[in-house]
Amino acid sequence: MNAPLNPQALAATVDQRHLDHLEEEAIFILREVAAAFERPGLLFSSGKDSCVVLRLAEKAFKQRVAGNEFKGKLPFPLVHVDTGHNFPEVIEFREKRVAEMGERLIVAHMDESIKKGTVRLAHPLESRNGHQTVTLLEAIEEHRFDVLIGGARRDEEKARAKERIFSHRDSFGQWQPKEQRPELWNLFNTRIRPGEHFRAFPISNWTELDVWLYIARENIPLPSLYYQHERQVIRRKGLLVPLTEVTPPEAGETVETATVRFRTVGDMTCTCPVESTAANAADIVAETLTVTVSERGATRMDDRTSEASMERRKKEGYF
Amino acid sequence: MNAVTDTHLIHDIEVDSHHRALRFLTAGSVDDGKSTLIGRLLFDSRAILADQLDTLEKRAAGQPIDLSLLTDGLEAEREQGITIDVAYRYFATKTRKFIIADAPGHEQYTRNMVTAAAGSDAAVVLVDITKLDTAADEVVLLPQTRRHSLLAHLLRVPSIVFAVNKLDALAQPGPAFAAVSKALRAFAEQAGIAVTAIVPVSALRGDNVTQPLDGEWATWYQGPSLLQVLESLPGVQEKVEGQLSIPVQYVARDSGEQGEGDGRMAGTGYQPRALWGRIAHGQVKAGDEVQILPSGQTAIVAEVRRAGETVAHCVAGESAGVVLDRQLDVSRGDWIVTPGSATPTQSFEATLAWLDTEPAVPGRKYWLRHGNRWVQARISAIEHRLDIHTLAEQDAQELKVNEIGHVRIETQSPLPVEPYTANRLGGSLIVVDPTSNRTSGALLVR
Repeated sequence: MNAPLNPQALAATVDQRHLDHLEEEAIFILREVAAAFERPGLLFSSGKDSCVVLRLAEKAFKQRVAGNEFKGKLPFPLVHVDTGHNFPEVIEFREKRVAEMGERLIVAHMDESIKKGTVRLAHPLESRNGHQTVTLLEAIEEHRFDVLIGGARRDEEKARAKERIFSHRDSFGQWQPKEQRPELWNLFNTRIRPGEHFRAFPISNWTELDVWLYIARENIPLPSLYYQHERQVIRRKGLLVPLTEVTPPEAGETVETATVRFRTVGDMTCTCPVESTAANAADIVAETLTVTVSERGATRMDDRTSEASMERRKKEGYF
Repeated sequence: MNAVTDTHLIHDIEVDSHHRALRFLTAGSVDDGKSTLIGRLLFDSRAILADQLDTLEKRAAGQPIDLSLLTDGLEAEREQGITIDVAYRYFATKTRKFIIADAPGHEQYTRNMVTAAAGSDAAVVLVDITKLDTAADEVVLLPQTRRHSLLAHLLRVPSIVFAVNKLDALAQPGPAFAAVSKALRAFAEQAGIAVTAIVPVSALRGDNVTQPLDGEWATWYQGPSLLQVLESLPGVQEKVEGQLSIPVQYVARDSGEQGEGDGRMAGTGYQPRALWGRIAHGQVKAGDEVQILPSGQTAIVAEVRRAGETVAHCVAGESAGVVLDRQLDVSRGDWIVTPGSATPTQSFEATLAWLDTEPAVPGRKYWLRHGNRWVQARISAIEHRLDIHTLAEQDAQELKVNEIGHVRIETQSPLPVEPYTANRLGGSLIVVDPTSNRTSGALLVR
């Protein structure tokens, strides 16, 4: 094995031009969204990818006045699809961040979809992740969004690797992989009919490592659960399942305390932490350089059911 | 399998990305081994993670794992064993980051190959040597080899590399490779394609993909491995010198963009707005005189911004925010240029790559997008169609899907187009069908 490396030294030696180029591309895409559409929204889950997109949006539309402070307003609201099964740290972070930035936040609650009967759970503790699509599409209809910006990356998953930067969705919100519009140069075809919409992905070409390098470089605030903390977990099928009110231990399972962090934040019923002592973004950069399991493989219970589970959800309108 | 997973690091610790990522596409006929080659590049450069390998091992059920399965991301692709749409893959070596655009080989999905080529710094065209008669006096190349090379060339992909694959299947690989190289060079010369390299590989065995050859093959090939070629290729060179050209993408209307106080420039009553746009070529700094097209008005640049901060200057490839010293009527779609450097026109000749199943019809109105402007336009004449096998110019009344022709375009309002060979941004347009909204064609100004 290689000798341990000094994370700070590593972060300092990584050439910044690659990040500059990715930033440039993302800013271009964000401005295209604002210029080409009537009613955009920015999906903001408080996850690391959406926090990066939010910083990029600040750079695209605001003017920096001091340090990390930006003056001005984004030309679109933030949108959070709230499954009702969020880690408390995430909601706390969301509220604080939105208040600091003075931006408008629209929250689409899955509990309302459940109340209306448009989402039906097979059992009360069923993972709510897949059902997000219904609540998301209801929010798109209610607020008449014609484009939603998302933080999806092509390195996350095979079906994501296939998606265009400007991804057309039909009037049912569905993605049709065989009917994707060719994406030529930077000449995005954003023409649209009433009822249809687009998803736009400014960080398509970023990898998990790029995201962490950028978080370290830009000093981007994240929910605390991205960094090392003690948590009660249950070891189940190779994953560390966090102990929560919606993920109780099964018969015969032991609850233990572990030092963990989350590589991704999502619905509590399907997101698992990994064992880690990384305390800041530079530590995580170093950890990401040596990781042997993909982000989804390490952390998601619901993507493991079938090779095509992401693709099927995306066809239904998942983001 | 353990030997592999044990050494599996996503990136080498010594990763040193002194370059911006090289974007390259892979092209070639169906079953030429593109997916296997990409799988091999990812596998040998350790970009495959343990859980992804697990999935492959489960499907292999004891047989050797099939690396081509790493790239087929859609259900229909796995069912049919073909690649339908472009997939983007990422890997890094000690010296460089790479983005692969994995383009389909099937003729019916040529539009996706064009999509991949339009954004690429290099093209790797795979040639399956087992499909060619290498004993013939003149080796006849497959149509898709010609088509994809020609498309990559037309789109001015800066570097074109041929990877001659499946040499492991031949008893006499050396003479066969020489014969195919000769045919490729002859074709390239006829088509005006500058060949960057011709590299023999076995994607299946991994020969000469990431590591240079040793052993028997090395007696007839002493060149670099495919990865060594890719590591050495130049990325896109932005045209920083010369005339300024910025397509205006977005006009910041919000008062939040303004400076101190009420945001008015002292004594003028003028509230400055930032004109955002990615610089096509040249550079811009405060004090420069610029002209707005198509109106022709001129102004002095008062301030340049980038990514939320005021900067001394911006160069090609960067998204600049330009604040002018006076109030001009400027909107999205206009261009900011060096005064007198461009002349907008309503009629031009172009190469058209047709991507839509509905044929291109002269006289019908289409939407064109040039820079950030949409205009109505019609194809006033199809001069001829290119036979991609012989490169001969043929008479044609229409262009069908996947055909390429030379056309004349008339636009409803003037556009400052430039020859595509001189400037990718100023010389490229897309054609959109006004009924279906499909992106029907790619135009390259001649």
